[in-house]
Amino acid sequence: MTKPEYEWTWKEIPVGNVILEPGNASQYRTGDWKTLKPILDKEKCIHCGLCYIFCPDMAYNLNEEGYFIADLFYCKGCGICAKECPTGAISMVVEEEK
Amino acid sequence: MISKRVGMEVSIAAAEAVKQANVDVISAYPITPQTHIVEHLSELVANGEMDAEFFCVESEHSALSVCVGSEATGARSFTCTSAQGLALMSEITYIASALRLPIVMIIANRTLSAPLSIWNDHSDAMSIRDCGWIQFFVENGQEVYDHVFISYRLGEDREVLLPVIINMDGFTLSHVIEPFEMIEQEKIDQFLPPYKALYSLHPDRPITMGAFALPAIFAETKKAQEVAIQASMPKILEVLKAFGDMTGRYYNPIETYKTEDADTLLVTMGSFGETASVAADRMREGGRSVGVMKIRLWRPFPFEDFRKVALKAKNLVVIDRAISVGMGGPVASEVKAALYGYDSRPSVYNFVAGISGRDVAPSDFIKMADKAELEIEEGNREGYEIYGVRE
Repeated sequence: MTKPEYEWTWKEIPVGNVILEPGNASQYRTGDWKTLKPILDKEKCIHCGLCYIFCPDMAYNLNEEGYFIADLFYCKGCGICAKECPTGAISMVVEEEK
Repeated sequence: MISKRVGMEVSIAAAEAVKQANVDVISAYPITPQTHIVEHLSELVANGEMDAEFFCVESEHSALSVCVGSEATGARSFTCTSAQGLALMSEITYIASALRLPIVMIIANRTLSAPLSIWNDHSDAMSIRDCGWIQFFVENGQEVYDHVFISYRLGEDREVLLPVIINMDGFTLSHVIEPFEMIEQEKIDQFLPPYKALYSLHPDRPITMGAFALPAIFAETKKAQEVAIQASMPKILEVLKAFGDMTGRYYNPIETYKTEDADTLLVTMGSFGETASVAADRMREGGRSVGVMKIRLWRPFPFEDFRKVALKAKNLVVIDRAISVGMGGPVASEVKAALYGYDSRPSVYNFVAGISGRDVAPSDFIKMADKAELEIEEGNREGYEIYGVRE
């Protein structure tokens, strides 16, 4: 299991910076790049899945209630989902510092 | 040990060494004065005398890129180039070393344009000085041949895993016929076992090479690389010793010629060394106290070995075969850096000579030693000039 890049010391890096664990990009939090996060208005949502289709980071997942919800661990806040949503159900709001 | 000597063009001997080293992949693009090496390798492969893949690529950038790819799959790979070809290849030199792929490359050193010139100097080698490869400068044809085996054995060592450059002066070495002591194949096979890569690309064991790194980890990767090349020094000495035990030809990171009691040392790299030694002999006949220090290992720079010799002398006459334009000779710069921490250090006088193949005869080395000793005596401890330029 890999760990976040800021935890690696120079001695631990495999020779030649080889990545030995396939698919470990899934461990990488791109979610902390964003300044805006998508908020879904469930009243307006028609479950069409365009947000899921257009999301460049495949951050959207279908939940048990049948809504597509962005996983904020990966969502970079690009806003494409909000732009493409045919009913205007997604709005981008400022993500405040914790 | 008495071996049979054969006369051969140095480039052909270099190619024969690549064959004897059981190289799997050769990828190269012809450029003067390296051409004879790849032409001969191409013949050897085409004639079935060498079991290797020969890639005819469309540029030097691709030549080294192919080697990076083949070496990454665990295939022993070779390329060679000169001057503009090396410049085009330079982007990939940094990648090969950071990926820790032990490719071996011969550079038949040639001047970088402009003006356009095909002749020899070290401006090409200096353009990639910081690329992270282990870098040798050799003095004669036998050394070119020998260093092919030394370089593969060294680079592929699990404690090293670095690419290696063998710099040989273009034309001065590449196109002359010299006597060679060829090494028997069985001995080479013992000295140089088959390459076993630490990590290699294979569909059954997916790994990623050459991934992106953000600032949060980049410095850690570079520290690991810097420590690796610094730490290769004991291994370099070990491999040179093992090669000497096999052939009787013992090489050192810093070679010395009559330096033990010498006041003045001529400091050279590459084929200058032999001519400078002739000059030193002539000066000694005239009662002068002169020796020659030849830098064989350029990276990692052998500070310790260098100081052992240099600190005993009064004057160092550093003869560079390239200019770091706006600064002077790059070797002199390194020499001065190596001495900075020592209060009783020799004076350093720097000449740039023999650029773009201009002949430097023993008499020229004598004139340079004369001038340097005179200038230093008059208090000029930081002299630098381009030798032999018409005013």
